[in-house]
Parts: sequence; structure tokens; C-alpha cells
Amino acid sequence: MAPTSPASARRAGRRSPLATAALLVVGLLATGGAYALATTTTATAETTVASAQLIDEGGKLFAANCASCHGLDAEGTAAGPTLIGAGALAVDFQVGTGRMPMAASGPQAEVKPVQFTQEQIDAMAAWVADLAPGPAVPADRYIAGDGDAAIGAELFRINCAMCHNVAGAGGALTEGKWAPGLAGVDPVHIYGAMVTGPQNMPVFSDLNLTPEEKNDIITYLLYLEENPPVGGWDLGSLGPVSEGLFIWIFGLGGLVAVTIWLTAKSN
Amino acid sequence: MADAHDGPDHGDNAGTAVARQDSHDAAAPPAAVVRADRIPNPGFPPERLRVTDLDPKKARQAERTITVLFFLSVLGSVLAVAAYILFPIEEGDPSTIRLNNMLIGVGITLGLLGIGIGAVHWSKTLMHGHELVEERHPTRGSDESRERAVEIFREANAESGFTRRSLVRNSLIGALIATPIPAIALFRDLAPAEDPIALLKHTMWETGTRLARDPSGTPIKASEVTIGSAFHVIPEGLAELESHRLEEKAKAAVLLMRLPLDELNEDPAKADWSYDGIVAYSKICTHVGCPVALYEQQTHHLLCPCHQSQFDVANHCEVIFGPAARPLPQLPITVDEEGYLVAKSDFTEPVGPSFWERQL
Repeated sequence: MAPTSPASARRAGRRSPLATAALLVVGLLATGGAYALATTTTATAETTVASAQLIDEGGKLFAANCASCHGLDAEGTAAGPTLIGAGALAVDFQVGTGRMPMAASGPQAEVKPVQFTQEQIDAMAAWVADLAPGPAVPADRYIAGDGDAAIGAELFRINCAMCHNVAGAGGALTEGKWAPGLAGVDPVHIYGAMVTGPQNMPVFSDLNLTPEEKNDIITYLLYLEENPPVGGWDLGSLGPVSEGLFIWIFGLGGLVAVTIWLTAKSN
Repeated sequence: MADAHDGPDHGDNAGTAVARQDSHDAAAPPAAVVRADRIPNPGFPPERLRVTDLDPKKARQAERTITVLFFLSVLGSVLAVAAYILFPIEEGDPSTIRLNNMLIGVGITLGLLGIGIGAVHWSKTLMHGHELVEERHPTRGSDESRERAVEIFREANAESGFTRRSLVRNSLIGALIATPIPAIALFRDLAPAEDPIALLKHTMWETGTRLARDPSGTPIKASEVTIGSAFHVIPEGLAELESHRLEEKAKAAVLLMRLPLDELNEDPAKADWSYDGIVAYSKICTHVGCPVALYEQQTHHLLCPCHQSQFDVANHCEVIFGPAARPLPQLPITVDEEGYLVAKSDFTEPVGPSFWERQL
């Protein structure tokens, strides 16, 4: 910014070119700062203290309940993967559905009664999120289930139905693993599973399915739960397996019984 | 010798006619040894009368039961009509379909089963219950009727001149042969008009075709495919196709996955077919063409839901279980200057199940 001509020297003498920008920044900071001070001074301070406490609390819970497999600094061990970058949403899903802590090491973590209160889960989630950035718990509007069920159904059929069954009833995978049924699952857990890809489920990040599209899928699943199937008794929505077994046992069994009754002599 | 035959024959009334004749003509040697029936035909067990035959009170009770069944049938038929009127299907409320169908079904079932069970119960309890044997009559007709049949044919031939007027007869045979020809032409047209082999060998993928999301058709950037992701992919432009969209999709559907680089074991010959751990494989099973998309993120196994074929994505989709004979065809991909994933070429082998003319 050295002056190279009389014209620029005169300009620089009056006001540096950076001064405009600097003034703007100072002005913005002052206004914004004053506004923030005027409105949320106490709230911000409280949140910061609370989140520091929360993270601290979460770290203690983690050390007591999770560190034996995931390592004291969540760096991962032979028994469990690292959680650095896993994000708050992964913790909310895994612990909030009772999958973690696992009862035993195995190919699939099973749903169990939840071991922690939501406050404790939030604390551990805050601690894990503090390690490295990762997927966060979504805003309420993305898990409200007020989207378009028809779009959600199409997306579900393309992206989810091959494992979870078109009616969300779940299905078998390889070597004893399975895709769980989706009835009664909390929308935040459905969302969390899509974003974090727990266990063998692939990741459906926001770049693949947008948060709005995820809300549509949640809407479809809620619609399935709220509306009884029009075809009557769905036999678990498992398709030919349960339907075939039913007709094999009760249909053919009924035919055999009727045949015996027809040909037997009356008393 | 004769005595030896006489002894058992006299003592056994159930002996056959031949054996009996043998015993009368004691001097003649037996022509064949015909054994008497060791187990006599037990015949029918003594006829057991039913309770309704013995007890008029029971008969009246059965009569009432049958009448009730028939009345239930009437009630069921009325119920079906009433359900149709009282519980109509309302638009926008699928639960009304269920109620409507169930009540109509229950009514009609009652209507039919009431008649059926009532009729069978009637015949079993109240109709005449004596047992009888109906002998089967011989299949062969009497000599007279057989001769008459031949005569009818002869007369018909003489009257119509079928053998005499050979021109008429031959033209009729010709006409009969010609009648199925339209059917052959019509059904032949069910086969693809184009060469089916060329159609099976090529898909919509071309050099530079962008990989797009199913169903929206928006192109995918390589940076959007995070590790562990699975994208269901169609060629860009498929969503806008006017005709044969589903046929093209059935061949061109692709599953896109990103694996950690240290877990991906690539075929050296196809080393540049992937991009930074992103691999694209045909979604059409090489067994019978089901969509294979049950991708397990940790094991990198792909499972076909129809017949449980398993493909190992980490090892260029080789078959590790099940009836599929070949790995899933890989789509060679790279990125264009804008960062979007594009196909390097079409699949280098036909996708989907084997067919007769398939090389390889």
C-alpha cells in the first residue's frame, strides 16, 4: 500500500483504503456486540457454563461406561471403533435406542432397554461432539414428520426398502445380521440412523438425502404406523414367507380337516 | 400225489375253480399250482346304524341344526348387502376399505359355508345311510353299437363324398393348415423388434454420462459421497426419457459406494475404474436379475434378497455365497472438470443374468 503517485499519496494521507473496511468491521462488531449484550448476556453465559458442565459430566459417564471398548479418549480399541468425529447424533442413536453399551461383542448391536436418562445421553453426546465435529442432533422441523408421505415412500422404496422391507418390517442380512423393523422408532433415531449409518447400515448423508427428504421418509414411516394396511391382516408384512406359511398350515390344514369330515360316517 | 392235492383242497372252501376241478379229476396231473386265497375277502363290516336312525329325538335335533345352518346362510347374504350399504368405502380413508371388505367377506363366507355345511350335515345325518356297492361297467361297447358306429362313418363318407371329392377335401385340409398362421405372426411380434442380443449387451451409460441420484436425476459430485455412503444411481438423462424409461433403468441401475481406501482391494486390470475409493457396480444380479442393493457398510458385502447371492464389494464384487455365477459388472468411473462423477464408458460386459449368446 505504499503510495506510488501523488494522487494516491493524497488519498492515503487523508484516509487509508483499509480504513473503510476497518470502520465497517468495528461498526458491525459494536452493533452486534451491543445487541448480543443487550439481549442474551446472561443466557449465553449460562449456556456456556452449562455446556462445559455437560461435557464434563459426559466425559465422566463415558469413562465409566464406554471407555473399556472405545478407549479413554475415544481413540478406539480392538473391541470398539474410535468415536472421534462420530458426532452427537451417533451417540444419541446408539445409546438412545439401547444398542450401546453392548451386552456382548457381536456382529450386530441389539436394541435393549435404554440404560441412561436423556440428560445423561445428551451429556455423553456433548462430550463426543466436543472431541471433533460430527453429525449433530437435527432441528425439530426435520423430524416433525409433516413432510410429503408420497415422496418419502418413493425415496424409501429406492434407498431403504431393500433391507428394511417396503412396509418397514425389517429383513435378514448376511451371516445372521438383520435390518430392524422401523415401526415405533423415534423419528430422531430414524434420522440419526440415516445420517450416521450405524453398524452395517450405509450412510445417507445430507448430501445424498437432504434433511427435507429425510423428513419425508419419516413422514412415510409415521403414515404406515398410523394407517392400518387396507389388505387386512398383514401377518407381519413379511411377504411370501409368513403368508405362505399361513396358507400352508391353516389353508391346507383346513382342507384336510374338511375332507376327513366329509368322508367320515356320522355317529 | 393226488392225495397230496386233495387234502388241502377239501379242507379249504375258498379254493379256486381250477383247484376244485383238480380235486375231482384225481388221476390227471395238475397243469398249474393255483394257490387258494390265504386271506379271505373280509367283506363289509356289519352295518352300524347312526344315532339319528335309532333315536327320533336326535333326528329332530339334526333337522333343527341343518335348518339353523341354512338360515345362517340367508343371514350372511343379507349381512353382506347390509355391510356394502352401511359401511361404504370413503375416499381418503383407507381404514374404511378394510372394514367394508371384511364385513362383506364375512357375510358371503357365512352365506356359502352355511349352505355347504348344512347340505353335508343333512346328507350325513338324515339322508338314507345304507352302504352299497356299485359295480363298474365295462368300457368296451357292445358289438352292435361298435358295428353301428363304423356304419355311421361309412354312410357319412358316402353321403359327403369326403374320399370321392378329393379337391374339396384337400382344399379343406389346406384351409385348416392356414388358420393358425395369423396366430404365429401375432405372437412372433411379441419378441423384440430389434436385435435382443445387442440390447442386452449395451446400456444407457456412455463415456462422460454423469452419475445421477435415483429418482431425482440430480448429478452426484465425488465430494458428496462420504465414506460408508451408498447411492442409488441412474444415468443422467434417464429421468427425462420419454419412452423405454423402465427398460433402460432395468439395465443401467447402479449402486455407488465409497469404501475406505485401505479396505478396497482392486483388480489391477481395473485399478483406474474407481475414484478415491468410490466404486460403482451394476445393481442387476448376475443370477436372475434381481436388484442387489443390500449393502453392508462394515463387511462390504452385497446381498441379493431373492436367492441370497453375496458379493464382496471390497474384492471387486466376487461371489462369496449363493447361486450367482459371476461378479457384478463394474462401471468404470472418474470425475469431470466440475467434480461430478462420470462414467468412463458403458459396462464392458453385459449386465444381469446369463443368456444363450453371452460370450465370456
